[in-house]
Amino acid sequence: MRSTLRAIFILALICAVALLPMFTTGYYTGLVVKILIYALFALSLQLLVGCAGLVSLGHAAFFGIAAYYVTLLSPQSGPGNLFILLPCAVLAAMAYALVTGALSLRTKGIYFIMVTLAFAQMAYYVFHDTAVGGGTDGIYLYFRPELRIGDWVMLNLDDQYVFYLFTLGCMLLTWAFLAMLMRSRFGAAITGIRVNEPRMRSAGYSTFKYKLVAYVVAGGLAGVAGFLYAAKDGYVNPELLAWEQSGLVLLMVILGGSGRLWGAIIGAVVLTLLQEGFQSQALFGELAKNWHLTFGLAIIILVAILPQGLAGLPEQLRARRHAAKKAKPSPTTA
Amino acid sequence: MTTLLSAKNITRRFGGLTAIDNVSLNLDRGTVHAVIGTNGAGKSTLVSVLAGELAPNEGSIFLNDQDITSWPQPRRARAGMGRSYQRTTIFPSLSVHENCRITAQARHQKFWSWASPAQHCALSNEAADRALALAGLDADGKRIAGLLSHGGKRQLEIAMSLATHPNVLLLDEPLAGMGPEETDRMLDLLQSLKSEHAILLVEHDMDAVFRIADVITVMVNGAVIAHGDPIAIRANPDVQTAYLGDEE
Repeated sequence: MRSTLRAIFILALICAVALLPMFTTGYYTGLVVKILIYALFALSLQLLVGCAGLVSLGHAAFFGIAAYYVTLLSPQSGPGNLFILLPCAVLAAMAYALVTGALSLRTKGIYFIMVTLAFAQMAYYVFHDTAVGGGTDGIYLYFRPELRIGDWVMLNLDDQYVFYLFTLGCMLLTWAFLAMLMRSRFGAAITGIRVNEPRMRSAGYSTFKYKLVAYVVAGGLAGVAGFLYAAKDGYVNPELLAWEQSGLVLLMVILGGSGRLWGAIIGAVVLTLLQEGFQSQALFGELAKNWHLTFGLAIIILVAILPQGLAGLPEQLRARRHAAKKAKPSPTTA
Repeated sequence: MTTLLSAKNITRRFGGLTAIDNVSLNLDRGTVHAVIGTNGAGKSTLVSVLAGELAPNEGSIFLNDQDITSWPQPRRARAGMGRSYQRTTIFPSLSVHENCRITAQARHQKFWSWASPAQHCALSNEAADRALALAGLDADGKRIAGLLSHGGKRQLEIAMSLATHPNVLLLDEPLAGMGPEETDRMLDLLQSLKSEHAILLVEHDMDAVFRIADVITVMVNGAVIAHGDPIAIRANPDVQTAYLGDEE
């Protein structure tokens, strides 16, 4: 009964999000698309951080590489083909993840964080300091890709609503894929490795291979997010690969609730809305000019009061209610 | 008796410290081979070297007459080497059955079945059931592992190793922290496993060792000072001086 209600609620929520552009202005539709892209990006990192226990501070590299790839590969005279551009962008991100993962996964803990950060910064400076991607100015994507076979255009992402639904579909597919993955044998192995890697090795798991596969899959999914980001804004610059971007998506995962897939989605929703809200002069007046300060304070408060993240809030409340009930003396013992 | 695991002239150094110095031993099916020694004698290091967690600086290790010295730990485990740790290493939030299934699955990971749900792996479920029955935990399969008693957790630790179908069991202090009843239960379990496995037992509880061991190796400062059956070891003057004390 409870799971049926949950399924109905999720379905209703998806329908509501899908129909949202019909009732809102372009700004809000753009904001929801941005949230959906960040949700997909955060989901990809959740696989590493929450599921495999690999805290990476270089995840933006895959996001940025895919964004640059689609922009560089797109023709300037007309829309590129989604059938070619999306797989190419994802494969580029996965290739970088394979190479950097094979090296960085030989380290652990704080050293892993440092190595992933270093690899991401290397990619950042390739685009920042060379003419490959237009240097610091970045480059433009003039036409959004379209899905076509021959002359038949199946999906034209230039249509705002089609792009909106496409982004929503990509995010939902990623969620479903990761949910299935975590229930699979691979997911069980990854979870075991997170909890106790020596035990898993002694059982016969070649843990390095499992972690590398998780790393490459996470890189590929981040690449899907990067593709969508480039298609949304039509502009990419090196900041997409910067460590601030990696830090932001890591915050989404931690704030939303590490280890829970929907935690990554909630984290993306809340952090993107907080960012937009604190930048709004209508809401915060002059303070909006220093929005980083208020944003930082809000994060500190949220992390302090929600140690398990937003997704852990129901459990936290339940535990508090349970503790209060225990502490309250019953009438018979009074 | 068939020798399943054979270690020849194993030496392991950590910088200037020689933790294991030229140690050789054979583990035979149907025997419990105990390794005893004071703290720092190199017993746990020896288990780690045999299991493949640490590489030896010198010497060779053979499993079923095959040289496995250069094999990584997961490959050794899949070839039939199970180990338990000094500290309990179960997955406390999973059920007892799930703990065994997750270790059993290491042998049944196939590329084409990576996406199939973990609980649908019939071979792993069977291996987990069998291991729980062997370890005497079949009635506790659905319990959350973290809620078991200390003795139960130690039994589960061994059940998790058994789920991987090992021929050789390397047990690092399985009796640590156990009360007399739990110790008796664990010794019964080890006795029942003996016929199918070669067991290496590293243990500080001397009463238990002398009750169950068929062969004892005594180590001091990384080197073997005595080797033989319990009666011979008890009578060995070097062992009495170095480890057991001159009680008699």
